[in-house]
This record gives sequence, structure tokens and C-alpha cells, in this order.
Amino acid sequence: MAILEISGLTKHFEVDPGLLGRVLSGKHKQTIKAVDGVSFEMQPGEILGIAGESGCGKSTTCLLISKLHEPTGGTIRFKGKDIAEFDREALRNYRRAVQLIFQDPYESLNPRFTTFDLVAEGPRALGVWDREETARRVIETLELVGLKPDEYKDRYPHQMSGGERQRVGIACALVLEPELVIADEPLSMLDVSIRAGILDLIRDLSHRLNFTCIYVSHDLSILSNISERLLVMYLGMAMEIGPTDRLIRNPQHPYAKALVEAVPVPDPRYKRPIPAIKGEIARPIDPPPGCRFASRCPQVMDACRQDPPPAMREVEPGHFAACHLLEFPAAEGATV
Amino acid sequence: MLLDIQDLKVHYATNQGVVKAVDGVTLSIGENEVVGIAGESGCGKTTLIKSLLRLLPGTAAVSADRLAFRGRDLQGLSDREFRKQILWNEISLVPQSAMNSLDPVYRVGEQVVEAIRAHVETPRRQARERVAHLFDVVGLQASLMDNYPHEFSGGMRQRAMIAMALALEPSLIIMDEPTTGLDVLVQERIIRKLLEIRREIKSSILLITHDISVIAEMSDRIGIMYAGRLMELASATDLFEQTHHPYTLGLKNAFPSIKALDRELISIPGSPPNLIGTLAGCAFEGRCPFAVSACASERPAETEVGPSHRVACHRLGDVETMRIQASEKSTWQSSKSAA
Repeated sequence: MAILEISGLTKHFEVDPGLLGRVLSGKHKQTIKAVDGVSFEMQPGEILGIAGESGCGKSTTCLLISKLHEPTGGTIRFKGKDIAEFDREALRNYRRAVQLIFQDPYESLNPRFTTFDLVAEGPRALGVWDREETARRVIETLELVGLKPDEYKDRYPHQMSGGERQRVGIACALVLEPELVIADEPLSMLDVSIRAGILDLIRDLSHRLNFTCIYVSHDLSILSNISERLLVMYLGMAMEIGPTDRLIRNPQHPYAKALVEAVPVPDPRYKRPIPAIKGEIARPIDPPPGCRFASRCPQVMDACRQDPPPAMREVEPGHFAACHLLEFPAAEGATV
Repeated sequence: MLLDIQDLKVHYATNQGVVKAVDGVTLSIGENEVVGIAGESGCGKTTLIKSLLRLLPGTAAVSADRLAFRGRDLQGLSDREFRKQILWNEISLVPQSAMNSLDPVYRVGEQVVEAIRAHVETPRRQARERVAHLFDVVGLQASLMDNYPHEFSGGMRQRAMIAMALALEPSLIIMDEPTTGLDVLVQERIIRKLLEIRREIKSSILLITHDISVIAEMSDRIGIMYAGRLMELASATDLFEQTHHPYTLGLKNAFPSIKALDRELISIPGSPPNLIGTLAGCAFEGRCPFAVSACASERPAETEVGPSHRVACHRLGDVETMRIQASEKSTWQSSKSAA
């Protein structure tokens, strides 16, 4: 059974355009459609990568799943149960089962806490174990993430390097034995030479501890390395989802294609194709009907602007894309 | 030769001792050449360029055997002369996080006009025409000149900063992490634009970044810096295909590539050495799986291993074996800092 089922997930933010904006646009409220009808499922133990540019809704999706934001529509089911209907007790368990690894290990750790207290904070707050048990688990988790407990447990964040701090961040997430771990760009603040170590750690632990993982990043080269499946988002909508190697080698949606082509390759002889894509990502305020990508798409057709956003279609087993080109295979440029 | 740097050192005196942020870097940049310097945070790459531009605080002691721009000694110039004659006229800078470098209360175009008029006596109107042209070069509509920075996206602000750096047609443009923090599609366009501009105006570029992929795409020559020193310097293809230094080998392993989906990434255990005091041996010794006793006691000299390919390593004789062993994960786990 799927551990996480997300269907039609929506988060709209109402913004007041201000007096001037109201006069100019003639509207009273504007809506930012940060997440607009995203659906996907996750199997236990898998690592799903979410890729997209800033403003595509990938972080908002994570905040909705971790229940730090309430969705305005759609459902999130965790192990078959709708998380919106959780009572106090169930919610408490859910908060323990879903843990986050944050982007910036320099900002996300309280500078006045020692490593031990940082990792023990979660268990203490939720009151899951007594003193001895908490201490035992914290030491165990520190060992798990590769920090020698004797050496590190009394250190403060400023006494550690970025890589060590990120390991503490991972320990904080893992000490509660989560079933779902959401990692939001955990490498972006770290140096190249230690990134691989953290990636290995997340992958290795997800197998050993058997947790499911959502890994969010704008860096496709990292995602292609860690995730088994990839979800590509654009302006709040899912554009394509499928097994990582398939999606990277054979992207179906013009946006996914451009995204893959834009990734620089560490090989001076490699001549990267030039992505055929126009303009820059817009803000998802009152988006026009039709495909969100229509204004930038090199293969745009009339249907893309007029019809409602296309539904996901399966192009090969487990590989789905939401593009009108797939519905009208006879149309020009359908050989994407 | 455009810029000739020999044995450049930047030292800071602190209570704990002398911090050698840049510790003897020798580097030259030719006409119409893109040189990339890659390295981790704290390796001294930003200090290096700040010392070239005299942007370091007074506590920094900068010395060099030779520092010459087109044969002209830069060390003999007073700060005033340097600012008047060299800075922006000959060498310009696209600073790190250029996105936040624009003044939010002035129109973007005005800021570029000001940069021009501060260095060259130009009538305002002519300067504005020049800016309109520069905006066109970097791919911004001229009508955007009268907009404020907050009306620009990150990529547009970065373009505006590049326009400013191009304003006086300098011979050398120094770029500090020009694409870091931008989305991948925006980054791709900036890279393409920079390569285009470079072909047109024939300036040289000194590019500083930690992103090996970006440096591989843009540079003619690449230098790898570690703990204030240059470990390896070679043409872009030689650096990737004829790698000599263990640190470069390690970096190549650690970097993911979308074109090698199945390749296992290998990190380099440990962290860079403390830069306080004197490092007697090779700076990478503590993390190097191939280190021998000489590596700890004696600083390796830079050796020429091919046409304009320099490496500072004691174990160049065993480069074939090192290349083979470096692709094994177990090799790296055997280094001193991993134990």
C-alpha cells in the first residue's frame, strides 16, 4: 500500500493588492496559486525527488505534507488515512512520523544548544521516552550519522563545520524513527567535497532504517543521483513524474526537457543543447487558464492556451506527463 | 599577457597567529582568455580577487613577487592611481551575490550611468545611450533602465550587474560566483550570454566559483585552489582528462553529473586545514589517501607536467596508479582524516 497518497493538493494564498493595485487592476483580491492540483503517490522506502525553479511550489508542497500549512483543497493520505481528519493523538503520532531536514545547517540549529540537546529536543518535546532511553537513542543516532558521540555530543553548532552541522540536522530528524523524511535542499549550503558524503548518508539510512524520503532540490544533477523517481513542478502544478533515469534520458514535457538540457555538465568537451525556452518564470498570481507553461513553451498550440491544464498521461510504465502534445500525437512537434 | 601574478600572498595578523588566506599563488591571464578558479569555501579564492582589486581591509598584508597588468607594475601604484586608472577602466568586478548589490532606491539604469560617469567624463545623455546599448548586450530591454531593482528578477539583476562591469570595456572582468543562487534555466542563459559577450568584446574573464560544471562549460584554463594555494592549473580539457593532483581527482568523484546517472559519488573525508600558522607540507596532506611522509614535512613545488599544466604534488611519479585507485571509494576511506 502507498504510504503517502496526495490527490488534487491545492494551496491558494489570497493577497490584498493594496489600494493602488485595486484601482489599477479593478480587483479586490488576487490569488497566488502556490500549489494547484498536485497528485502523486509514494511507496514505502522510496526516494522521490521534487525538481523545479523557485516559485514552483515544491517547498509549499512539503510544508503541506508536514502539516505546517493547511491546504485549501485536495487530500493528503498517510497510510490510507486523511491527515486533515486526525485527532490530537493521531496528529501527535503524525508529527513524529514525518520529519524535516532543513536547507541551512547554519541557521536551523539553535546556537545555544549542544549537539546532544539539539537531537534530544524532539523526543523531549513529544515526551516519547524517559531520560535514560532518550539519552541512549540520541547517542545511537549520533553514531548512525557518523558523528562520534564522545567527541561531538557536548559541542555547540559554532564548533562544527557545515557538513557536521548538517549531520546534526539529519540526526534531529532521524532520532524519532520517522517513516517519512522530507529533505528541502539539504546540500545547497555545503561544499562540493562533502556533499557526496551527506547524499550517501541519506540514501544509506533510508535503506537501513526503511524510511520514505522526499528530496527537494532545484539541482537535477543531485536529484538524478539520489532519487528513484522524479517529480517536475512548474508554477504550482506537476508537469511530469516518472523513474529518474527515464525522465532524465527521455523527458516528455517541453519544460522537463528544457530543465534537463539546462543542467551544466562537468565535462569541458560536452556541448550542451540550447534549451528552446522563452522568458522567465512568472509569479503564480491569477494564472491564465490553460497550461501554465504555455507562455514559454517552444511547441505551444492553441489548445494549450484555451483548454484547461492537461491531465497526466502515462507514456510508459510509471512515467506520466501533463502535456497537450501527448493528447494530439498528430500535431506538429509531437515527437517530443 | 594581460595579468601576471607571481607568488601572491595575503596574510592576516590575528591574536592566534598569522592567517595565510592566500599562500603563494602564481597565475597569469592572457588576452581574450577565460580562466576559472574552483575551490571550496575558505580556500582563498575570493580573497585572491579582492587583493587584486584592493578591496581588502587594512589588516590584510598583501605581497607578491610580481603583480603586473599588461607589463605595468600594479604594486607601485597608489590607491588613488589604482582607482583612477585600473579599477573599472581595465579590471571590473561582478561581485558575489550580485543580485543584492544594486541600491534599492535608485533606478537600475542610473546606477550604471553613475558607474560610467564616476570614471570617465561623459555627458549624461551619452552615458545613458551607452547604458541602453549595454542593456541590449546583456539581453535586457532598454526600457527597463528606469525601473527599480525590486522590479527585476534575480536573473535580470545579475544581467544589470554584468552590464555595469562591461560599461567601460575593461580588458579583464572578474566574476565571483556569477550564477550561484540562480535557477538552473536562468543560470544557463547567463552562461550562454557571457560566452556570447566574450566572443564579441574580447575581454578576458577571471571566473571564481565552487561549481565545477559551470567552470567546465566556460573556462579555457582552470585552476584548483585549496587552503590558499593552487593545487593544479591546466587547460580545461587537460584538467579533466589528464588529472594529476589527488585533490582534483577527489573533486571529480564528488561532483554529480546528469550525464553519468549510475556513477557512484565519492566524498573527500575530512575538512580543510586550519590556515593559522605555517603549513610545512602540502595543504591537502591531511585528507589525501596517497600522502607519504614527505607530504607532511615539505611543501611540494609546482611542477610542469605538460604544456601550461602545473601541479603541486610530491607523488607525480605515481599518477597512473593514483588515478586508478582514486576511483575506488575504499581508497578515500583510508586517508588519515577518514580514520
